[in-house]
Amino acid sequence: MSLFDWFDNIRKAEPPMQKQQEREIADGLWNKCPACGVVVYTKDLKANQLVCTECNHHNRVDSDERINQLIDADTWQPLSEELNPVDPLGFRDRKAYSDRLQEYQKKTQLSDAAKIGTGLIDGLPIALGVMDFRFMGGSMGSVVGEKLCRIIEHATEKRFPVVIVCASGGARMQEGMFSLMQMAKISGALERHRQEKLLYIPVLTNPTMGGVSASFAMLGDIILAEPKAIIGFAGRRVIEQTIREKLPEGFQTSEYLLKHGFVDAIVPRTQLKKTLAQLISFHQPFFPILSHVDNNGEHSSVMHL
Amino acid sequence: MPKTERRTFLLDFEKPLCELEKRIEQIRELAQENEVDVSEQIVQLEARAEQLRKEIFSTLTPAQRLQLARHPRRPSTLDYIQAITDEWLELHGDRGGFDDPALVGGVARLNGRPVVMLGHQKGRDTKDNIARNFGMAFPAGYRKAIRLMEHANKFSMPILTFIDTPGAWSGVEAEKLGQSEAIAYNLRQMFSFEVPIISTVIGEGGSGGAIGIGVADRLLMFEHSVYTVASPEACAAILWKDAKKADRAAEALKITSWDLKKLGIIDEILTEPTSGAHAAPLEAAATLKQALWEHIEQLSEISPQKRKDLRYQKFRQIGVFQDSSA
Ligand SMILES: [Zn+2]
Repeated sequence: MSLFDWFDNIRKAEPPMQKQQEREIADGLWNKCPACGVVVYTKDLKANQLVCTECNHHNRVDSDERINQLIDADTWQPLSEELNPVDPLGFRDRKAYSDRLQEYQKKTQLSDAAKIGTGLIDGLPIALGVMDFRFMGGSMGSVVGEKLCRIIEHATEKRFPVVIVCASGGARMQEGMFSLMQMAKISGALERHRQEKLLYIPVLTNPTMGGVSASFAMLGDIILAEPKAIIGFAGRRVIEQTIREKLPEGFQTSEYLLKHGFVDAIVPRTQLKKTLAQLISFHQPFFPILSHVDNNGEHSSVMHL
Repeated sequence: MPKTERRTFLLDFEKPLCELEKRIEQIRELAQENEVDVSEQIVQLEARAEQLRKEIFSTLTPAQRLQLARHPRRPSTLDYIQAITDEWLELHGDRGGFDDPALVGGVARLNGRPVVMLGHQKGRDTKDNIARNFGMAFPAGYRKAIRLMEHANKFSMPILTFIDTPGAWSGVEAEKLGQSEAIAYNLRQMFSFEVPIISTVIGEGGSGGAIGIGVADRLLMFEHSVYTVASPEACAAILWKDAKKADRAAEALKITSWDLKKLGIIDEILTEPTSGAHAAPLEAAATLKQALWEHIEQLSEISPQKRKDLRYQKFRQIGVFQDSSA
């Protein structure tokens, strides 16, 4: 054994404190906040809906977790889980799209980047679509488009409000024009829902960009956003290249959109379920004769179930 | 962006043809000077040139078609409007404080029938292009467009839109004024109109900026136009991490009229003059006029509600996936 090997072994045998902490973070016991750097107990973080208890940073939430956070226990009924993406163009960049799809499906256990279904939110029925950023950056191709259309159409038929939680880098380039056309397709489904005077609330989370932002994300009767989400049409790098100057502070954040009039309210995740339920109850049919019978507001939900 | 000025308008693949044409002209002049009869040879050479022209333009790669679609001499929205209408009056403004010169529109008469026409407007030369922002509209452009479409719907005029943009403008001001919201609103509203809507890609159909005026009962495309989810340059930069792979991206994205017809995205290809629409703009305009008129007549026979339903169905069925429950 050379001196160097010996020295290496010593180092391996005695990991410094920092290393050990990183390993425990990797094991999922502890979590280091990417915003403030504070290490918190994962259990506490989960109990706080993945919002940093120190700095209020909103960590990314996957679709299953989001559904758990929003939908009343045991009321979730998933729809169209059997839809799978295909490779309509035989697309290949540095890797074949079909291989990429398989990799992501294996890695995430998702079929594609959105889940849809119905459930109750504080006792009120809703149709819910949730995008999942883990699957190819939440990009929108044919499956995402089809699923969101189906849930909107289902809601139109059942007269449910629609909530879509957006998290997407934009259109999925690997499906070419099929992806672009999903923007129109979903907007068309929303127009039909709207014709029936039904409520639609998109929730914009980090990030909501490109083709998603320029279609159903901006078509809400009421538009909510999580704090400090990045929301925009063009990516920051693209804009920096076109204008060749630094971007303004806080550009394309939820707060920026609120200031310029493009979202109705910024809602911390821990308040999201309550706020959605409250908004939906505001838009329940109002029956003046019955309204004094029961002043805790429950009559409307009972009648709708 | 095409940086070419008037003198250097020749695209690479047009060069051999241009050479041959130049040579024919030289022979003709020489023969005249020396009083030799070469008419037979000239006829042969011209036939050869015609064949070469057909060969070149029928075997263009997607990247070359993209060059044609961006050709600075390619007829623009205003060129076509002026060429095909009996009369036309441009209308301005989004009624929100802006008038975007990159997206133009107004009322017109086509074969006697009042219609609303609108589209992206690229510039003729550098100066004009700067004024028109290279056909990249601001939110104000999309808002002017929807305002004109609402006008058309109110007065039962068919809506004819012309798509020719590298994309909606990506800049701080555009974000601040709600580029996403402006496009999204148009996408939804266009499904609500009761009048016939026909969109034609006349040059470059770039991404959200194109579809923002492209929800239609009929989607037509000039032969050498392209329509794409993202510019091949942007796609190459993101997926290949190398903007120089744009030619490959253009190939992979399936952006040509033939590809999109095959994929069921567009309804009809408008044949261009052999050397492209820029070589014979009036011929291209006549083709466009005839196609638009035929579609207006067809669509006029359908009831407004049915037309709306069919428009939704048309987009509703676009998408390819596997449904293992079926
Ligand atoms: Zn933190």
